[in-house]
Amino acid sequence: MTNTPLLKVDHAGIRFGGLRAVSDVNMELKEGELAGLIGPNGAGKTTFFNLLTGVYVPTEGSILLDGKRLNGLAPYKITKKGISRTFQNIRLFSDLTVLDNVKVAYHSLAKHSIASSILRLPSHFSGEKEMEEKAIEFLKIFKLDGVMEEQAKNLPYGQQRRLEIARALAANPRLLLLDEPAAGMNPQETEELMNLIALIREKFSLTILLIEHDMNLVMGVCERIYVLDHGQLIADGTPEQIRNNPKVIEAYLGEEVS
Amino acid sequence: MEQFIQQLVNGISLGSIYALIALGYTMVYGIVKLINFAHGDVFMVGAFIGFYSITILDLGFFPALLISMAACAIFGVLIERIAYKPLRNATRIAALITAIGVSLFIEYGTIYLRGAQPEAYPNDAVPLKSIELFGVKISGQSILILAVSIILMIVLQFIVHKTKIGKAMRAVSHDMDAARLMGINVNNTISATFAIGSALAGAAGVIFGMYYTKIDPLMGIIPGLKAFVAAVLGGIGMIPGAMVGGLLLGVIEALVSAVGGSLWRDAVAFVVLILILIFRPAGLFGKNVREKV
Amino acid sequence: MAKSTKNVKSFWGTIVLVIILSVVIQFLINGGTLNPFYVNTLYSIGINIILAASLHLIIGITGQFSIGHAGFLAVGAYASAIVTMKLALPFPVAIIAAGLAAAVAGLIIGIPTLRLRGDYLAIATLGFGEIVRIAFLNIDYVGGASGMTVSHLITWPILITCVLITIIVIVNFTNSTHGRACLAIRENEIAADAMGINTTFYKVMAFAIGAFFAGVAGALHAHNFYIIQPVNFGFLKSFDILIFVVLGGLGSMSGSVIAAILLTIISTFLSSYPEVRMVIYSLVLIVMMLFRPQGLMGTKEITAFFKAGRSAKGGMQNDKHTVA
Repeated sequence: MTNTPLLKVDHAGIRFGGLRAVSDVNMELKEGELAGLIGPNGAGKTTFFNLLTGVYVPTEGSILLDGKRLNGLAPYKITKKGISRTFQNIRLFSDLTVLDNVKVAYHSLAKHSIASSILRLPSHFSGEKEMEEKAIEFLKIFKLDGVMEEQAKNLPYGQQRRLEIARALAANPRLLLLDEPAAGMNPQETEELMNLIALIREKFSLTILLIEHDMNLVMGVCERIYVLDHGQLIADGTPEQIRNNPKVIEAYLGEEVS
Repeated sequence: MEQFIQQLVNGISLGSIYALIALGYTMVYGIVKLINFAHGDVFMVGAFIGFYSITILDLGFFPALLISMAACAIFGVLIERIAYKPLRNATRIAALITAIGVSLFIEYGTIYLRGAQPEAYPNDAVPLKSIELFGVKISGQSILILAVSIILMIVLQFIVHKTKIGKAMRAVSHDMDAARLMGINVNNTISATFAIGSALAGAAGVIFGMYYTKIDPLMGIIPGLKAFVAAVLGGIGMIPGAMVGGLLLGVIEALVSAVGGSLWRDAVAFVVLILILIFRPAGLFGKNVREKV
Repeated sequence: MAKSTKNVKSFWGTIVLVIILSVVIQFLINGGTLNPFYVNTLYSIGINIILAASLHLIIGITGQFSIGHAGFLAVGAYASAIVTMKLALPFPVAIIAAGLAAAVAGLIIGIPTLRLRGDYLAIATLGFGEIVRIAFLNIDYVGGASGMTVSHLITWPILITCVLITIIVIVNFTNSTHGRACLAIRENEIAADAMGINTTFYKVMAFAIGAFFAGVAGALHAHNFYIIQPVNFGFLKSFDILIFVVLGGLGSMSGSVIAAILLTIISTFLSSYPEVRMVIYSLVLIVMMLFRPQGLMGTKEITAFFKAGRSAKGGMQNDKHTVA
């Protein structure tokens, strides 16, 4: 292996007191890969995302982005290094406008200082203008420019999900983590979402890891699938391999896998 | 050394008053996650009811104590039903602001009704003899305070652990929705919690009056805040924590007074508060709970 | 784009209007049309506007529920009194020193406590306010319980300059990417963190700026009332300031300022009946939380009402909001 993977998770895990929520997870994501993370409820999927984004600090193993260790970095620093995410339970800035939600994500790219904003120096105006233009451009891609002056909480559910993805992308990530992006969507919305994910991946040359319960979506878009059960990786492979893996079928016992 | 033991005794007396008030804070917080700012004022009202029972109705100490506890229980339930219940699903900040409003209303309503002048508590309502222990004179009041506090805490433990309403209280504080689904009357349970907590505060008011012999309409503010500190110190929501936290805070304050910092005494509680919030926000006995992401 | 330039224009328009108005008031004061009672009320209004705006930045914008604001007021008042009375330096120097001293106090208290949330932070800041008061009570250099006498140095131009600077700085801060970062923290701290915002930095920064202007208000307060005593800076004072922000609408600068003006006038008229004032205040707080918890203005600014009047689709749809 000459080229280092974008994300390398090396025997990572976390304990809460005596409980091993996630343990001994190994994962390698190559630049541009679109991978899925599945598993029964309570398997530790979101906890694993929290490890990657610094919400929790791993108690074992290490997480490397482009060969650089992320363990122990604050979430905002990890975001600046290139991992951004959406949340299972949507976490928009609900009282802010759609436009401001996206602008917040651009914040770390802002060059104008607090002093220049307070004194209204030219750098403030140029910086803010640049942010606004970029944010509007972004909303156009997501077809949200028509509602950009609405408060985020007034959007219909599907648009809120889309806005959350737009916001995560605005933070300029190299790796995008999507936590159940299709949760609560109807089949048509899910279909649109799949197209959107394919589109943004191409347009922004991103690496994407997504958690999803909707097997059609996972099997349909992901090139590689990881299966987590009881905090441990029990399988990884192509959708075809996963579909036929006896361990996976056992983990989902009673649940339909295809 | 004698001086030290004397201060320790003072600290335990004061601490048991804090503990009684802290119990109400911690029970209410445990069940509705509200810092009931008005709790210190229930303590004040209890002291005044005790005072009027002794002076106007000419009752003895124990009848006055019981009347005060009963009246405060009703008062606590009224506060909950009128001011807090409509806000049960509001933001915690809205609830906190309401509690501050209720507190100010009780304080200044009392001043409006009877003026701000203090009253001298009759401390001869119960015949008390001091005793000597290890060469230290312990006043009858200290013993009375300690005895009343211990009895009330034992009664509370009994209610919480052995009665049906106690079980309901523990269930609701654990998970309100689940308790409701199990057929527990959540509203009544919350009212009962306010009633018990307020009765304890009323009792604390009466014995505070006996011990310090001076009461006034704003007397509840500082002991109320310190009792809250005691509750946080022990781990808010934990009944044994409130008891230990109260005693500990009383002793710490007494010891600070003893080493010559009596003017700083009031600041100590808040320093303790800030330190505990920073280093062990769940308190000495509490468990850390993280926000789910 | 058009929208932001229009905002800028109306902003500076307001400032020019206020300056003209203040010059007129100065003439009225000089000519004796405004008697000392009214002048004094004006000073109190100005000081309270500064306090309301500074707490608005901390609670309304950043969502950090601080109820120890009187502590910063006290630090500013004492710091400025030391500068003018003990060091015999000019009043403007004292104002700046007061702001800086309070900002340092804000950093000292903010850095450790701002990781607490909601009501825990409230209690910690309340405790801080009490510690400050008790500390001044115990320092003989500043007169202990009997306090310090301070010269009456406040003037209308100094006051209105401080008010304007406070409002401009806080409005400019709010309407920038830095203010948006603070708003994001108010809305959802975990998401703000995940979007690359250094939440600790912005919380501490908002706290320090808020404390700075509370300190400035303290300097003006000290040089208006002839005497400062620790008893003036108890948590009742903190609640007084809190009421401006809550009543005006958490998140609305103009709401806080309007509430500060109205309540100052009301309490001036009720000053002979302090307990009636407090009973009314407390009832207003309770009723407000029960029936309109978002305050008079919600998160809206007064300009939003004019905009809504002009175009049918204004920004007035839904003003329910949450803090913490």
